[in-house]
Amino acid sequence: MIKVDIEIKLKTYHDRQLLKIKKQFTTGSITKILGPSGSGKTTLLKMIAGLASPKNGTIVVDGITWFDAERKINLSPQKRHTGFVFQSYALFPNMTVQQHLEYGTTDADWIKRLVKLGQLDKFIDHKPDHLSGGQQQRLAILRALAIKPKLLLMDEPFSALDSKMKTKLIAELKPLIKQLGITTIIVSHNLQELELFEGEVMDFEGLS
Amino acid sequence: MDLSPIWLTLKLAGITTLLLLLVGLPFAWWLSRGRSFIKLIIEAIITMPLVLPPSVLGFYLLLAFSPQHGLGKWLHDTFDVQLVFSFPGLILASVIYSMPFMVGPVKSALQQLPASLAEASYTLGKTEWQTFRYVLLPNIKPSLLTAAVLTFAHTLGEFGVVLMIGGNIPGVTRVASIAVYDSVEKMDYASANNYSLILFSITFILVMAVFIFNKYQAKGPLA
Repeated sequence: MIKVDIEIKLKTYHDRQLLKIKKQFTTGSITKILGPSGSGKTTLLKMIAGLASPKNGTIVVDGITWFDAERKINLSPQKRHTGFVFQSYALFPNMTVQQHLEYGTTDADWIKRLVKLGQLDKFIDHKPDHLSGGQQQRLAILRALAIKPKLLLMDEPFSALDSKMKTKLIAELKPLIKQLGITTIIVSHNLQELELFEGEVMDFEGLS
Repeated sequence: MDLSPIWLTLKLAGITTLLLLLVGLPFAWWLSRGRSFIKLIIEAIITMPLVLPPSVLGFYLLLAFSPQHGLGKWLHDTFDVQLVFSFPGLILASVIYSMPFMVGPVKSALQQLPASLAEASYTLGKTEWQTFRYVLLPNIKPSLLTAAVLTFAHTLGEFGVVLMIGGNIPGVTRVASIAVYDSVEKMDYASANNYSLILFSITFILVMAVFIFNKYQAKGPLA
């Protein structure tokens, strides 16, 4: 169980807005976060991953406090062990597909399985520059899964995929997420994009 | 023609570049991460050799390294090390003088990398050092090479600081730029021309090599 009770300071064009989020994510569940650009969706993911700090509040995961503003507890991203799929992919230009996955895990069988899942077998020695947008996005997802995370945070993870590839990838991703018992939070501004995932919807529009 | 000033210059430039790669890279990395008033002051100090007359820097280094005062006295009394009019003194002065040529480009390159690269590495459980070594550093190769070559070339051309700290001791501190000056003073224009031509050629080749390498990098895939 992930318990998030935080206050986020959001910078807007004119001023700063305080966003209060109180939410529980059940272990193994899939939550779809919807909302317009700039509503704080990505910021929430980054705060859960430890890449940004909330102004106030607590984040407790399976009874372990990851963040507590009052008690000055703030676990590093390395210790939180969350799989993170960045909207910009954040792939390493110097690494091939294989090296990306090896950077996250030494489990050769797991790497093979991931490569197969993402249909990147033929591109194993390619660097991101030589991959299409869809292939890059798949690699970003595979890299996040490489560490076998207990919590998977995905920021607009399917935006660059065509509908056929999206359907296929999600169909194979879902049992994997279930098998590994990964709690998943997916951010998108497009509800249709997430239709293939069954799960609770959390709408950021109007949150304050 | 006495080639020892050329070899001494190349040795000085090589050691200075190597030391600045070791010291300057972590320093540039530290400066590139976040902002603080202390960092601002340190960066301003590092940048000073770019704008300060070399003789001014050389004068203060001469005072600092002097065995009669402060740091120089402590080094002399404790370790029996004399920095003034010695090759180690030249190295230290060159490291300080060429620091902005290494730190500046590397810091800028690191700041231009998307923050998400390091963040992705952290979420994969990698430490800051591993992230720097395996993700950040390989992705600023062109800037790294430019910084190293600029540092090397800048050290080749040092004159004011070298003259103040090292003087003109053959085989010890008489580098090529000093040899050019010395030859002109003696009206030996042929030697001055030879030293100048060698320095010019080496520097030109180095700068051309950087241009060619960077052009290739811009056209081709990130290595």
